[in-house]
Amino acid sequence: MPDTFFYALEVSLNGLMAGVMYSLVALGFVLIFKASGIFNYAQGVLALFAALTLVGLQNGQVPFAHLINAVFGTSIHGFGWQLPGIIAILLTALVMVGLAILIERYILKHLVNQEPIILFMATIGLAYFLEGLGDVMWGADIKKLDVGLPQGISDAIESTTYEWFGYGFFIDRLDMVAAVVAALLVASLTLFSQYTKYGRALRAVADDHQAALSVGISLRFIWVLVWSIAGFVALVAGIMWGSKSGVQFSLSLIALKALPVLMLGGFTSIPGAIVGGLIIGMGEKLFEFFIGPLVGGATENWFAYVLALLFLVFRPQGLFGEKIIERV
Amino acid sequence: MFYREAGDFKTSYRDDSQTFPIRFDRLRYYAVLVVAFGIIPFVINDYWANAVFVPFLIYAIAAIGLNILTGYCGQVSLGTGGFMAVGAYAVYKLMTAFPEVSILIHVLLAGGVTAGVGVLFGLPSLRIKGFYLAVATLAAQFFLVWLFNKVPWFYNYSASGQITAPERTILGVAVTGANTPAWAKYLFCAVILFALAWLARNLTRGTVGRKWMAIRDMDIAAEIIGVNPLTTKLSAFAVSSFFIGVAGALFFAVYLGAAEVGEAFGINKSFLVLFMIIIGGLGSIFGSFAGAAFLVLLPVFLKNVLVGVLGWPTDLAAHIELMIVGGLIITFLIAEPHGLNQLWRVAKEKLRLWPFPH
Repeated sequence: MPDTFFYALEVSLNGLMAGVMYSLVALGFVLIFKASGIFNYAQGVLALFAALTLVGLQNGQVPFAHLINAVFGTSIHGFGWQLPGIIAILLTALVMVGLAILIERYILKHLVNQEPIILFMATIGLAYFLEGLGDVMWGADIKKLDVGLPQGISDAIESTTYEWFGYGFFIDRLDMVAAVVAALLVASLTLFSQYTKYGRALRAVADDHQAALSVGISLRFIWVLVWSIAGFVALVAGIMWGSKSGVQFSLSLIALKALPVLMLGGFTSIPGAIVGGLIIGMGEKLFEFFIGPLVGGATENWFAYVLALLFLVFRPQGLFGEKIIERV
Repeated sequence: MFYREAGDFKTSYRDDSQTFPIRFDRLRYYAVLVVAFGIIPFVINDYWANAVFVPFLIYAIAAIGLNILTGYCGQVSLGTGGFMAVGAYAVYKLMTAFPEVSILIHVLLAGGVTAGVGVLFGLPSLRIKGFYLAVATLAAQFFLVWLFNKVPWFYNYSASGQITAPERTILGVAVTGANTPAWAKYLFCAVILFALAWLARNLTRGTVGRKWMAIRDMDIAAEIIGVNPLTTKLSAFAVSSFFIGVAGALFFAVYLGAAEVGEAFGINKSFLVLFMIIIGGLGSIFGSFAGAAFLVLLPVFLKNVLVGVLGWPTDLAAHIELMIVGGLIITFLIAEPHGLNQLWRVAKEKLRLWPFPH
């Protein structure tokens, strides 16, 4: 019996770590939703795009090589250099800022004051576009992402826990790094939004668009800023997921997993995104562990959604969401 | 000149409240029917049926269904793929369990089963609104697909986990199975689409439709003037799911012939149908047709141009196609957020004043 207990404990610990990964994607959603009321479906594809760009830059691939070869009949593939990880990350962050500027200029500017559903559809269109663009730029094959993050099972934890409990816990080192990074990210985002000028402007916009405009805050600049930050968060999520399971199309599907996380935590709350991620991550692993074998497994596909659905029936605004007040 | 109310005198209330009050519109409607039922079935071949017409007809049914829920009643749903899967598996179970009953009845019954499932997943809509509801319908999508994958009873314990439509006939002509002539496929779907579109059009301009629209515009206000949100929302879910279930049944039985649930009815299908009604126009039957036609034709067209004319490799063409579809959706939303239907409406307004616009 103690073995089952420890095993369940290990499963839930790993679930918590997986939840951190979901939270990373959910964070980007929350940031954009708060600042512009846009439900950004493209967040997952942003992560995929960031990871693809990072790998492409690191390996010195020529962008659009496939297209150029098809049109001009040439056969070019790479510049033949390898960039160190940190430079590639900085360059990718620059690309994401550029992307944010383009998105603001060519999409958001024209869609001001449209209904939320139209903006949501526009981000789905953006998701399709970026997915295609990423593939055309860097090729669609599965890539390995390595920026020097630790991999594999942590031996230290396994041996320590074996001494203590007579049962060695298997914890992925990458998951631990992800947890630390997520904590740092949330801390720095909080500091940024509480103690800097732009952070205050950001909160003002989130609170009331019109009031913010009337005291002279440029909405367009704030949108570029918030999409850049979301792009940066996407880059971090892309690095983590890419190091874990390779850079491939399924990376963009984790965005869908972030949706129940958001619903559980509330669309407008950063702590909600973290707590929601942890609950979902742990819940689905434990459910798969205890109930999964009885119903044929692979319950991770839907458990998060059904949990969020049931939860919402009792608390429609999520755990930490603002109370929904309706007026006629 | 020709698109005028003038000179078209109505002598009864019945005439006055008909669907197409303008004579030119009525003639156009009859002309479309003549072309659809009198000409196309005689000239259609396999390529056109499989690549263009049959998917268009089936997606039009699904789009009308989703438009009833999202466009008329204002409940955004991302579970279309899952509900289509319910229709497909219901029709498969019925076809194999009662081979002697007509396929037409099976398709309608499959729609009925889907309506039941739709009402079940529509229940949370009484508490949850807006995007929260949209994400909640994702639960239906993923849960249903998982269910059909994992419970062997649904696919009759077949080794591959696929479902395959057996051959069924109407009046001696095969409409499902491998030996179906192109015109039979086309005509079978066209008749069902015509009947359902007629039904939808008349539902939406009657009491039921007005209640749906009242809930869409503001549910609290609607409740105050005496519209029951429970029955209204659930009836929208039921009717919408019925349409989508019929579309799913036809998609599997007539169009695909054999289907694997994750591939044929995945989340992408939900988004595709949602795109159709957004591009076509929310809250309009014509828009559902226009959106379905647009998104069925676009990939065929792009594929022919990129691969056929320019001679690019197919994988590159597929990626470029993604970019173009995404770009077009954004362009559309910026240029005309109310969809193709709005363009059609503006064109009709212009036509009414032509040739003297002042």
